[in-house]
Amino acid sequence: MTFAQYAWLVPLFPVAAFAVLITLGRGAGRQAAWIGTLASLVSLILSLCIAGERLSGTVDEYNAHFTWLQIGNYSLNAGFDVTNLTSLMLVVVTLVSFLVNLYSHGYMRDDERITTFFAYVALFTASMLGLVLSDNLLTLYIFWELVGVCSFLLVGFWFQKPEAKAAAKKAFIVTRIGDLGLLIALLLLFWYMPGNALDFSSIHNVFTTEAGVIAGGITTLIALLIFLGAVGKSGQFPLHVWLPDAMEGPTPISALIHAATMVAAGVFLVARTFVIFQASDAAMTTVAVIGGFTAIFAATIGLAQNDIKRILAYSTVSQLGYMMLALGVGSVSAAMFHLFTHAFFKALLFLGAGSVIHAVHTQDIREMGGVGRNMKITAWTFGIGALALSGIPPFAGFWSKDAILTAALTHQPLLFWVGAVTAFLTALYMARLFFMVFAGNPRGEAHAHESPAIMTLPLIVLAVLAVVAGFVETPFNGWFGEWVTGEKPEAHTSAMVIVVSVAVSLLGVYLGWLIYAKGTVRRDIVSSRIPGLVKVLENKYYIDELYRFILVKPLGGLGKALAVFDEYVVDGVVRMAGQSAAGLGRLNARLQSGQLQGYALTALIGLVIIALAIAGRRFW
Amino acid sequence: MNMLASYLTLAAVLFCIGLYGVIVKRNAIIVLLSIELMLNAVNLNLVAFSKYGVQPSLTGQLFSLFTMTVAAAEAAVGVAILVAIYRARASVNVDEFDELRR
Repeated sequence: MTFAQYAWLVPLFPVAAFAVLITLGRGAGRQAAWIGTLASLVSLILSLCIAGERLSGTVDEYNAHFTWLQIGNYSLNAGFDVTNLTSLMLVVVTLVSFLVNLYSHGYMRDDERITTFFAYVALFTASMLGLVLSDNLLTLYIFWELVGVCSFLLVGFWFQKPEAKAAAKKAFIVTRIGDLGLLIALLLLFWYMPGNALDFSSIHNVFTTEAGVIAGGITTLIALLIFLGAVGKSGQFPLHVWLPDAMEGPTPISALIHAATMVAAGVFLVARTFVIFQASDAAMTTVAVIGGFTAIFAATIGLAQNDIKRILAYSTVSQLGYMMLALGVGSVSAAMFHLFTHAFFKALLFLGAGSVIHAVHTQDIREMGGVGRNMKITAWTFGIGALALSGIPPFAGFWSKDAILTAALTHQPLLFWVGAVTAFLTALYMARLFFMVFAGNPRGEAHAHESPAIMTLPLIVLAVLAVVAGFVETPFNGWFGEWVTGEKPEAHTSAMVIVVSVAVSLLGVYLGWLIYAKGTVRRDIVSSRIPGLVKVLENKYYIDELYRFILVKPLGGLGKALAVFDEYVVDGVVRMAGQSAAGLGRLNARLQSGQLQGYALTALIGLVIIALAIAGRRFW
Repeated sequence: MNMLASYLTLAAVLFCIGLYGVIVKRNAIIVLLSIELMLNAVNLNLVAFSKYGVQPSLTGQLFSLFTMTVAAAEAAVGVAILVAIYRARASVNVDEFDELRR
C-alpha cells in the first residue's frame, strides 16, 4: 500500500466539511468552525504522508483514472496524478489552509456568518487541491473555475459593503477574461492533439518526443492562450487589477488567496504545461517579459500605497511576476521554489497584517505606528516575513529569489537587472511598511493589544517556515529543484548574483530605515521634487481609470444600446405579434353579431365564392 | 329541353326572391314565408326533373310530396316559436333578436 493511492482523499475531506457546514448553516454555532479546521488538518496529515513517501524516493509516480464519458470511439478520462510537483503543492495548500483555518477562529470570532465562512474556505481549499491533483486539463479547468467561484464568494463575503461587492465582481470578471483564453487553448489542444488526449502525460509525450506533430504557430498560440489564463489567475499585468481590490475580503482570505489557493494556480498551470511553452520560443519570451515587467511595475506601485493590505497585494503581484520570469527563462525549479517559500512568508505577512488590523481597526499605515511595542509576537513574526520577502539572507525569500535571478542572468541578462531593481524596491517598500506600522510613536487613537494565542500560533509556525524553508535549495546544497522537476538544474552558482541581490536588498532596507524610522532623509524628498510621479504611483498608473475609459464605458454604452434594441425591437416584435392576434380576435368578435340574417348573408357570400372558385377552375 | 330550362329558370328566380326575403326582411313572418318560397322553388326543380329530366321517373314528384309535408310541419313549429317570442318580447322584428350572441 502506498499513500499516493489515497491522494484522492485529500480534497475529499474539505468537500465533506463544506457539505456538513453548509447543511448546518447558521444554526451550527461557533463550534462548527472546528469541523473545517479538523478536515484541513486531516488533509494536511495525509498530504505530509504522501510528500514523505515521495521524498523517500522509493515509489513511482502514481496515476489513477476512470472513464468519465464515452462518446463514440473517444473516451474522456478523469483521474489524479501524484508526482513530486503535485505532492509539494498539496503540502503547501493544506498547510496554509490549515493555518488560515486556525487563525480565522480568532479573526472571525465575532462574525455571525462564521459557519458560511468556514464552509467557503473548505470549498476553496478543496477546489485548489483538486486542481493540483488533476491529471488532465479538462478536470483542471473545472477546478480552476471552482477556485474562481470560491474567490468570488469569499472576496464578497462582507457583501453589505458596496466596495466588497464591487471587488468580488471585479475579481470574477477580470479572471474570466483569462479563463476564456484557457478554455480556447483547451479546445485547440483537443482539436490538434493526436487522439484528442488532454491528459498531462500525453501532452508531455507529444511535445517532447513527437515534436512537430503540432505546427509551430499553433503551439505558440496554445501556449499564449494558456498563459492568458495564468495571467488572469495570477494577477499579472495587464489583468492584475482585480488582485489589490480583492483586499476587501476578510484578511485570512487574502492570505489564502495570495499564498496558496488562487494566484498560485496560474504559476502551477504554466509549470504543469511547461512542455508546450518550451516548444515555443516566442511564448517563453512573452512569459519572461510579462513576468519581469509585472514584477517591477507592481513593486513601484507598492511604494506609494498607504493601505497595509494593498501594499502586500502589490507585493504579491510583483512576486508572482518573479515566478513567471523564472518560468519564462526556463527554470521551473526556481519558479516552484519561489512559489513554495513565497506561500509561507506571504501567508505570514497577511496574517500578521490581519493581526494588526484586528488590534488597531484601521488599514491605513499612516494611522498606525508604534504597534510593535504592544504586539511583540506579531511584530517579530511580521519582521521575519518582511525580511524573507525583501530577500535578506538567510531567510527563505533570499534563496528562491537568488535562484530566479541566477536563471535570469544566464538566459536573459536584461531581465536580471529588472529583477535586481525589483528586489531593491521590494526591500524598500517592505521597510517602509514595517517601520511605519511597528516603529515610532502611535499615530492613531486605538490602543493596540496582542491578538489571542490562536492567531499568533499560526504566525509563529509560518515564521519558522519562512526562516528554514529556503534551505532546501541553496547554491551550496540543493536537492529541491531536481526533486520537483525531475531533471538536474543547470549548475551555475554566480557569486555576482548573490552579491548584487544581497546588496540591493540591504540597500533597500537601509534606505527604508533611514527614511521611515530614523528620519535622516525626509519623507517627502521625492514627492516634493517630482510630485507627478508620486501621484501616478498612488493612482496605480491610472490603469483602472484607463480600463474604465477604454473598456468599461464603451462596453457599458454598447450594453445600453443593446438594451434599447431589446426593449424596442425584440420586445416590440413580440408585443406586435401579441397585439395583432388580439386585434384579429376583436375584429372576429364583431362579426358575431347574433343577427341571424347576417350569418345567412355570410354563408351566402361564402357559397358564392366557392361556386365561383369551382366554376373558375373549370374554365381555367 | 326548353321546357326544363324555363322551369329551372323560374325555380331559380323563386329561390332568389326567397333568399332575398330571408336576408333582407325584418318581419319574422315574412322571413318564414320566404323560406317556404325557397322550399317550393326546390320542389319545382324536383318536379321539373321528374318530368323532363334525362331519366324521367316518379321519384321526384313523390319526393316533393314529402318536402311539402315536412315544410308544413316546419311552418307550424316556426309560427309557434314566433308566437312564443311575440309573447315574450312584444315584437317580431328579426333585428331585435341577437340571442345567438349570448
